[in-house]
Amino acid sequence: MSPHVDLRKVRPGDALPEVAETIERLDLVRYAGASGDFNPIHWNDEVAKAVGLPGVIAHGMYSMGIAARMLTGWVGDPAAIKRLKVRFAAMIEPGQTLTAKGEVAEVDGGRVLVRFHAEDEKGEKVLSKGEAELEL
Amino acid sequence: MPLNQALVGKAYPAVRYEVGREKLREFAVAIGETDPIYHDEAAARAAGHPDLPAVPTFAVVLSLRAGQVVYGDPALGLDYSRVVHGEQEFLYHRPIRAGDRLLAAGKVAAAEAKGRHELLTLETEITTEAGEPVCTVRATLLSRGTAPPREGRG
Repeated sequence: MSPHVDLRKVRPGDALPEVAETIERLDLVRYAGASGDFNPIHWNDEVAKAVGLPGVIAHGMYSMGIAARMLTGWVGDPAAIKRLKVRFAAMIEPGQTLTAKGEVAEVDGGRVLVRFHAEDEKGEKVLSKGEAELEL
Repeated sequence: MPLNQALVGKAYPAVRYEVGREKLREFAVAIGETDPIYHDEAAARAAGHPDLPAVPTFAVVLSLRAGQVVYGDPALGLDYSRVVHGEQEFLYHRPIRAGDRLLAAGKVAAAEAKGRHELLTLETEITTEAGEPVCTVRATLLSRGTAPPREGRG
């Protein structure tokens, strides 16, 4: 049996299995190298503070990558993902845990719309207005 | 310094990107993706992929390369250390795969003031060298505190 969902059988309101990740500074350095985003606000406290941040913050795309794991882990085939969108609503700093949560919002034939967000430990949305369109 | 509104709509030269398996694995590791289809060729083929697929957000790597061409344009006036990411959207035609030879062309889709900040939208069109559409990437960046002062205020 496939561990993945059958998109033909999902219904609005179905919840996706959550994905949680505690973000460490090393993760941000690794993500900087893998992605090519070397903006110093993600690894240099002095630069981050000079532009008014409390210290280094996670790349928004690192958080989005974690949230996207919730979708790929659910559907299995990355080719099923046709559209993926988020708003970066709040910063998240190293030491905090990000949790992605989502549910099926609409089903139209073979097309499924998932709405999702990712929040920190206090429940504040780090990623908001997340939308993913999936199709078999 | 405010962004140069005159560059809205400007299309920049495409950058070439050859997709390597190790790069895809490195990126998958960096976001904590452990599904074997992103790491093991046999698992990828067994799942119906011709080679290792990229995780969905890998397309941002090409968007960043294309973005460097745009952000590096001194005429745009962007200070990247002031940039915070606002929104991100990907429209997928198919997954990026190992062995793909891609082109990523950036365009300034929008630049507008929002309070003291400015919003810059970069749109990157990713295609194969043969012209097959692969992914459209839209990144909206917040440039902190660079909006021009409004009339009548200090």
